[in-house]
Amino acid sequence: MTLHALWPHTALMTVLAGAVLMAYVAFNGMLLVWLERKVSARFQRRLGPTEVGWAGLLQSAADVIKLLAKQLITPRHVDRPLYHVAPVLVFVPVLAGISLFPFDRHLQLHDFNIGLVLLFALAGLGFLGIFMAGWGSNNKYALLGAMRAVAQNIAYEIPLILATLPVVLLARTMSLREVVEAQQQLWFVVQQPVAFAIYFIAAVAETNRAPFDIPEAESELVAGFHTEYSGMRFAFFFLAEYTNMTIVCMIAATLFLGGYIGPSWLPVPGWVWFFGKVYLLLLVMMWLRWTFPRLRFDQLMSFAWGVLIPLAIVNLLLTAVAIKVWR
Amino acid sequence: MAEIWGEPAPRPLAGNGDDTYYLNMGPQHPSMHGVLRLLLHLRGEEILEAEPVIGYAHRAHEKMAENRNYLMFLPNSSRVDYLSGMIYNLAYCQAMERLLGIEVPERAEHIRVIVSELNRISSHLLWFGTFLLDLGGVTPFLYAFDDREEILTILERVTGSRLTYSYGRFGGVTQDVDALFVEQTLAFVARLRGRMPDYHALVSDNVIFRHRCEGVGLIDQATALRYGVTGPCLRACGVPYDLRRAEPYGIYSRFSFEIPTQPAGDIFARYLVRLAEMEQSCRIIEQAVAALPAGPIMPEKQKKRFKPEVGESYFAVESARGHFGIYIVSDGSELPLRLKLRTPSFANLSAVGAVLKGTMIADTVAILGSVDVVLPEVDR
Repeated sequence: MTLHALWPHTALMTVLAGAVLMAYVAFNGMLLVWLERKVSARFQRRLGPTEVGWAGLLQSAADVIKLLAKQLITPRHVDRPLYHVAPVLVFVPVLAGISLFPFDRHLQLHDFNIGLVLLFALAGLGFLGIFMAGWGSNNKYALLGAMRAVAQNIAYEIPLILATLPVVLLARTMSLREVVEAQQQLWFVVQQPVAFAIYFIAAVAETNRAPFDIPEAESELVAGFHTEYSGMRFAFFFLAEYTNMTIVCMIAATLFLGGYIGPSWLPVPGWVWFFGKVYLLLLVMMWLRWTFPRLRFDQLMSFAWGVLIPLAIVNLLLTAVAIKVWR
Repeated sequence: MAEIWGEPAPRPLAGNGDDTYYLNMGPQHPSMHGVLRLLLHLRGEEILEAEPVIGYAHRAHEKMAENRNYLMFLPNSSRVDYLSGMIYNLAYCQAMERLLGIEVPERAEHIRVIVSELNRISSHLLWFGTFLLDLGGVTPFLYAFDDREEILTILERVTGSRLTYSYGRFGGVTQDVDALFVEQTLAFVARLRGRMPDYHALVSDNVIFRHRCEGVGLIDQATALRYGVTGPCLRACGVPYDLRRAEPYGIYSRFSFEIPTQPAGDIFARYLVRLAEMEQSCRIIEQAVAALPAGPIMPEKQKKRFKPEVGESYFAVESARGHFGIYIVSDGSELPLRLKLRTPSFANLSAVGAVLKGTMIADTVAILGSVDVVLPEVDR
């Protein structure tokens, strides 16, 4: 049952839920930035933020105020329409994507029967914004970063989708809620460990996170595609990146880790399970970032085309054959 | 490439098939190690030509030397290369001692070896951190700085400074060391040895790191010798040339240590050589501490004014980056007639320019990081 069915004031509820989701996205971004700073600090024998609020919890809020108060500088030689639209175009699909998930059995904005397709379509849209930012900035570093981002996106979206298809075959649906319901007995990660591994690696690359943070490699391209952005415009890219991380982890939790389903004998609400799994995966992503050096661009591409994609195809075929034989 | 200096690089016209472009990497860039400017001619990410442009940190040290007396140049010496300032400072003192014919007391000689090797380790640790930062690994950087901090604390207590030491004097050193210094130094050596397995586990055995380093940035022996490459970069090409062994100065001939070499000449070889050198420096420190005699740290008769005989002297030491030489010409006055510094980074950087061709932007950063150039030392 979705919220639409529960309430008559559908339009009003959609607006309200949208506002709640926006608030969540902003809060989640701040929380993740704080978490990243704390996690990286602990990895590096430091303390991280400690001054603002308890354990530095309000540090991100202070940063947001700083970013809001900053002057928006538009460099003289940029392609203005592209330069201005890009941060918005990066951020909007992310906001739309996060509204598709079933956070709990009855906590979902709307369950589309092609939810998974919609998610990947929205994810692909975000890269358009990144390329516009890189192209419109009229800066060689930004352009290089954008070129890398597009190539990387194309290369890694294929294994990402190929790795989710076995789950679709097993669950016989593309609706996110029904995929979760299909995991009542057994999480799909048990049946599809290879697909989960491929998905997670491709997801880290898809979100431009280290060790795949090639489009914004600071030691090579200064800041990559967002070199020329500052203030809130930069914050939009930053927020989109962190929300993207959350989305790919939410997909992983939904498709492979049983979403809101936990051991039924524990009196814990479903949304706690869901967010617990999501933030655990996010911690793993941070762990990866602060452990590994960065891959080179051609190595990254050959890893996708030479290892991940063949592996994902073989895995998909084996799954299809196995289902045909045993079901 | 010189033709593009006079006028701006020609803008490719649409449709003429020229898809190459020029990129000024630096002088303000996160991984240009100060103020290096690399003029890159690129096709996509591939480097067609690369030219290092230097001079942004030129401070005229050699000219300054001609305008002040010998003792007043002491603080300059450690500012030439601020990462192994102690070695440069003591090298200048040793060069002057040869020119003036001053005998250095035994205790001072031992202290010089200990602080020099500590400084070498601190320089290599900083290189380790920044090199990994260039490759995108942030965590090893902070580990290395954590260890380096210990060295700086030890040296700060004895010398009064953390980076640009003026610890040497003509004939000895300024401050004597005490039991606590010895204790701290040995504790640090033990600590570093405990950390080495961590470094190897975190970095050397990392598959991504190996892929970025092995077979990349090859400087072959012939190229290295042609450009006058010295230090770890030369030893990574299989040439066991180390001035501490080849032309022993101070009391280095008394200690037993190995000269680590690697045959490959790639980034990974340079990495391994430096890590092995830290261990050898630890060995030298241990031997020097064990043999540390009691006694004075300066000659009994100390002069206030130094007027060397008319003549010239060339004195070279093995710095953390290679062959550092000081050439002094004296006309018998209180001021040197000419003072020339031969710095290793200049030659090493020239070789980098030769090997960048055909690599990618990411490799450029890795190769430059692996060679460990200090730009103020290149420019002087």
